[in-house]
Amino acid sequence: MKAVLEARGITKRFSGVLANDRVDLDLGEGEIHALLGENGAGKSTLMNILYGLVRPDEGELRRSGRPVSLRSPSDAIALGIGMVHQHFMLIPVFTVAENIVLGAEPVRRGLLDRGSASAEVRGLSARYGLDVDPDARVEDLPVGVQQRVEILKALYRKAEILILDEPTAVLTPQEVDELFRVLRGLTSRGVSVLFITHKLREVLAVADRVTVMRAGKVVGAAIPAETDERGLAAMMVGREVVLQVSKAPARPKAVVLEVERLGVAGRRGSGGDAVRDVSFSVRAGEILGIAGVQGNGQTELVEAVTGLSPARDGRVLLRGRDVTGALPRALIERGVSHVPEDRQRHGLVLSYSVADNLVLCTYHRAPFAVRGVLRDDAREENARRLIKAYDIRAPGPGTPVSALSGGNQQKVILAREMSRPVELLVASQPTRGVDVGSIEHIHREIVAARDAGAAVLLVSAELDEILALSDRIAVMYRGGLVAMRDAGAVSRTELGMLMAGVLPGEAAPAPGAGEEAAPASAAGGAEA
Amino acid sequence: MRDKLNRLFAPLLLPALSVFTAMVLGGVLIALAGGNPLEAYAGMLEGAFGSPRAVSETLVWATPYILAGLSVSLAFRGGLFNIGAEGQLAFGALSAAWAGHWLPRLVGGGLPAALHVPLTLLLGALAGGLWAAVPGWIKARAGGHEVISTIMLNYVALNVVSFLLNGPMKDPTAANVLSRTPLIDESARVPALVDGFRLHWGFPLALLAAALVGWVLQRTAFGFEIRTAGQSPDAARYAGVRVGRTVIVTMALSGGLAGVAGAIEVSALHHRHELGFSQGYGFDAIAIALLGKAHPGGTVLAALLFSAMRSGATRMQYLTQVPIDVISVIQALILLFVAADTLVRRIYRVRARGERLVLTRGWGG
Repeated sequence: MKAVLEARGITKRFSGVLANDRVDLDLGEGEIHALLGENGAGKSTLMNILYGLVRPDEGELRRSGRPVSLRSPSDAIALGIGMVHQHFMLIPVFTVAENIVLGAEPVRRGLLDRGSASAEVRGLSARYGLDVDPDARVEDLPVGVQQRVEILKALYRKAEILILDEPTAVLTPQEVDELFRVLRGLTSRGVSVLFITHKLREVLAVADRVTVMRAGKVVGAAIPAETDERGLAAMMVGREVVLQVSKAPARPKAVVLEVERLGVAGRRGSGGDAVRDVSFSVRAGEILGIAGVQGNGQTELVEAVTGLSPARDGRVLLRGRDVTGALPRALIERGVSHVPEDRQRHGLVLSYSVADNLVLCTYHRAPFAVRGVLRDDAREENARRLIKAYDIRAPGPGTPVSALSGGNQQKVILAREMSRPVELLVASQPTRGVDVGSIEHIHREIVAARDAGAAVLLVSAELDEILALSDRIAVMYRGGLVAMRDAGAVSRTELGMLMAGVLPGEAAPAPGAGEEAAPASAAGGAEA
Repeated sequence: MRDKLNRLFAPLLLPALSVFTAMVLGGVLIALAGGNPLEAYAGMLEGAFGSPRAVSETLVWATPYILAGLSVSLAFRGGLFNIGAEGQLAFGALSAAWAGHWLPRLVGGGLPAALHVPLTLLLGALAGGLWAAVPGWIKARAGGHEVISTIMLNYVALNVVSFLLNGPMKDPTAANVLSRTPLIDESARVPALVDGFRLHWGFPLALLAAALVGWVLQRTAFGFEIRTAGQSPDAARYAGVRVGRTVIVTMALSGGLAGVAGAIEVSALHHRHELGFSQGYGFDAIAIALLGKAHPGGTVLAALLFSAMRSGATRMQYLTQVPIDVISVIQALILLFVAADTLVRRIYRVRARGERLVLTRGWGG
């Protein structure tokens, strides 16, 4: 196979830290090549080097055998290298065609030629089998289609090499399958794809070859057909990894959390409600997992349950007591622990030390404060104990939490939230951006909380996580609970369908449409 | 040990370099104007510290600088940019003038100094605090940015004060043509610290206030709330802090400090509220708080530096004919370098580190 893009001995240091250490990589013509590694392994740095966003300290890049130097993304584009970022770079109020031609617009007499822009995009999408309406406004499109627009944007700029950064993070399982189909279609037309991910399943599903990075180095390469998840995980983490969470069957006791017909208003300007008519309950000693693609109301649901934002309708009951609209402090006092979705925004004060962050919710009471005066010794002691118990990799209690890796930051939050009596644990995206080693640890802690008698509400966009941990699974779609199942009685495929809004006995919604699906019709059956 | 020294002095590095750079540039300016920079600075130093009287005058200047600087610093630590110290200070002074003169007449009879002095200062604090609570309330309840509202409320405060000093509170003595209140009673006056000098007990009081602010911020649960709300309002809300209430209380405390600054000027120095006595303490306080990195100790040091420059400037002009205005230029340069510390880091190749100071946030932030 001919290499279209090669990296040889790429080294990059950021203030002394080796982000890339003599990295070699070659992308063959017409192949899908997965770059696998944990967060912080150096994938993003390498990708940014390949796209001209970062210049390497040492090493060489070759495009079809010819040495090249990339000073900026425009150099990369000129060499036929295109990139699809994890966070889309689209202007929501522009049409698909406008977004695609932006920066390289067809012009007639100094004016934008909408007609030919639209026609060109239509031709392009037909040629590559990427179905989109050029005249649709981007903000009206589902995320999966927006991603297609990003890909078209690169192809419009004559990309022969596509770099995709974690492209599946925001997609439903069905959209992921669709993306993979698109990518295979592209490779059959000679496009080469470099696919960056930390998800083993995807590598096995789509890649022709895989290169594994760890701690800035390439630690191995493999053909997916010749390996399995366990082998890849071991390569990625550097040791054997327990992929299955071992847990005993749940023994649910009294109801701890009851949510009755909860409604939460959407953000200003979004129109519509973020959460509509949601009812469920969680018992002590069980984990209720809420599955769903990001942005279907899970964030708002959690915020309403934990007192961070007000509910519009309905009630939240904790051990039978109405706590609707209670402030976070009152809920904390009643035994609610919360691992928030956005740990850097809500869960931590980044400039504070580990010790301060470990008492973020309890700083005001004994032993951390006596009559309003802080007790440094108690706080230090608490930090030392928790750092040890939760295996937080920090030099000491005084280390700023911003200096910790994502996984260790999450452990700080978990340690804090579990270190007081827990009646209800609300864990939202608990392992997002966390390394595999820490994921194991966090999963064990969540199960331990359940076994110690806490009710656990787990919200995650990772289907694997939901399936691994939950005793019961609810699915959220467009603000409503569309299904509630026992974990043993539901398949991955069925969950995927439900997450996409396809209710049992219905046809799949047409892709690309912004239609209003019937929400929440199954919510009444949630108590089964 | 080395570590400890490092921790103590490392935060001083950038401000010190900023001051140094500003002084060098100021020196160039003096030279361009035909003066000798070294002589000018020597003159300033002599004017600030050359005699017991000079030291006394420097510390008299330092008193309102420290208190108003603490006011702005405390707000900074709570994530709030209080530009309204000048107005809060004016109301504090007005309230003290009222307490010093009208209060005894209202209650019918003189008050003992042991009661009258504290009462005068307390009412000054109260007036400044209540006035500052208004922008706090606007921010917490309606999302109005405090930078705008405190600036605007300055105009309201200064004009209300001007009206009162020319009208209802004007000294009614027949000979008086100035916009000022009558003298306050002897019993309302903060006494001098040393006989024969203007230096008064307000200065140690200001130092005490700095210690108190530091203690509250670092050592109390309430201070933890202020700092957390300042560093990350979202995390504070998550942690159970009532952020809106904290914003209001922080602004009130900040205004209270500015109010005391004004009250002490009235009670210890001028013994009346005279229009324009403040010479912009409340605005200089912003520069002082920035230079002091919103740290109480740093604020005291910055206030001493600014007051030394201000009080030494006259002597400098007298000795070397270098105009006083140079001092304003140097202070502005200091502020510039402190605010744009990337510039100073670049010049001296100093790496970034430590707790970041949130100066101001966007709307609704």
